[in-house]
Amino acid sequence: MQRRTLLQTGLALGSLSALSGCATLTSQAPAKAQVVVIGGGYGGATAAKYVRMLSNYKISVVLVEPNNTFISCPMSNLVLGGSKTMAQITTPYGALSSKHGVTLVHDLVTSIDAAKKTITLKKGPTIGYDKLILSPGVDMNFDSIEGLQAANASGQILQAWKAGAETTALRKQLEAMPDSGVFAITVPEAPYKCPPGPYERASQVAHYFKQAKPKSKVLILDANPDITSKPALFKKFWSDNYKDIIEFRANHKVTAVDAKTNTLKFDVQESLRADVLNVLPAMRAGSIAMQTGLATVNNRWCGINYQTFESLAAKDIHVLGDATLAAPAMPKSGHMANSHGKVAAAAVVAQLSDLAVNPSPLLTNTCYSYVSDKLVIHVASVHQYNAQEKTFKTVPGSGGLSTEANALEGTYAWNWAQNIWADTLL
Amino acid sequence: MPHPKFTQTVASALLLMSAWPVLAQDAAAALHQRADAATCANCHGSEGRTVPGSSVPSIAGLPRDYMVAQMKAFKDGSRPATVMHQLTKGLTDQQIESMADYFAALKR
Repeated sequence: MQRRTLLQTGLALGSLSALSGCATLTSQAPAKAQVVVIGGGYGGATAAKYVRMLSNYKISVVLVEPNNTFISCPMSNLVLGGSKTMAQITTPYGALSSKHGVTLVHDLVTSIDAAKKTITLKKGPTIGYDKLILSPGVDMNFDSIEGLQAANASGQILQAWKAGAETTALRKQLEAMPDSGVFAITVPEAPYKCPPGPYERASQVAHYFKQAKPKSKVLILDANPDITSKPALFKKFWSDNYKDIIEFRANHKVTAVDAKTNTLKFDVQESLRADVLNVLPAMRAGSIAMQTGLATVNNRWCGINYQTFESLAAKDIHVLGDATLAAPAMPKSGHMANSHGKVAAAAVVAQLSDLAVNPSPLLTNTCYSYVSDKLVIHVASVHQYNAQEKTFKTVPGSGGLSTEANALEGTYAWNWAQNIWADTLL
Repeated sequence: MPHPKFTQTVASALLLMSAWPVLAQDAAAALHQRADAATCANCHGSEGRTVPGSSVPSIAGLPRDYMVAQMKAFKDGSRPATVMHQLTKGLTDQQIESMADYFAALKR
């Protein structure tokens, strides 16, 4: 009976927001929604859309996301390389509302009360939920590197790992750098968001230097013992194409930055100076997950029931995407977060409809990396839920890599982006 | 003798009671099939429909047997691919058939 009342409420809310045409205003946020989704990235936006779709538009969904548009992290390295613009990697959120009846609330969540099942917004009201889907992404732990917080706040040493204003700013720093300068990117210890991302970024900057500043260098200072993803493919392409541009140094863990002299300090090696610094600090689950007590693993990642993505720390809160403790060989990628969103959405729809949860959910992942403006390498994997071990495991014999960088996958990679943006947002 | 309408009502109620778990099972199975098939959507578009001009093909409304044959050909390596041979090797024949059933039933 309660369920029916909820379903009717859901329908009424859905039609109200459709009629009002003002669904994006905070003041229009309903006091109660069946499903509230926090975070409109690849994970959260997909979950919001698929709860609507998989419930045949019966379950009402509120999506809370501070940004007005979705700027994709995948493909943002192409903006640094100069072959794509910010506009080409930006998608508006409107279709989630107009086409799928998701109530969009552009605001920040200040707190979650897991006992009362409510969230509180910075500008708006408190919203109740039956199920909360939390996809907060990662936060940069600037405090893990001395001096970085202030150097980032001043705009001098950027991360640009969350695509947006810093992407544009880093491109400007590269453009302003004189030829024969050095660009240094530092890589934190794994796990971090987007395993091949730093090496794709180094490739893109090298591609730009090769055209525009051929005497300049790209220095990769990696806290890990080797390249984290696709090592042989990256190394082969670099030695064939960027031999005199890219230099890779393993086991370089940054401990401090000196913004006055643009210098990096390491735990073991000599300090070094570069013209443009791109420092990626250690990462952890987004702050809202941390403050709600959901980051149960090393006070860093959120432990979940992998069959449903429900938090191990709070009932009816499902956590997905980069913030979760990754199952074996599961990358923190946009493609993976989109896959998480669908499994979590299906579990939430099943539970709210008194239906059995999928006994064997499935995840797939493909990470494409552009090593030039047109050539691409990929890594792919298939992850099957294992009921005995209560985790996702890669299927033996599945997945793999490109044989070499190629233009066909360059075409597919850009089409992948168009299709996953549509699958997530349109 | 009970009122005929009463008998009918009880009979309907009994029928509903026995049918409910079956309906729920069917509804759950349909939900799981749709969610598993949605793993294709990252590249092949929501409900198997890609954006206009996509070089990754739409798969909604393709004939079921054609789709099963292609997926198995990727899996055994007889149809060359950039990624699909690696992804299909992660799927059982049953998962391949279930996905093909789902997309074949959709409009193009």
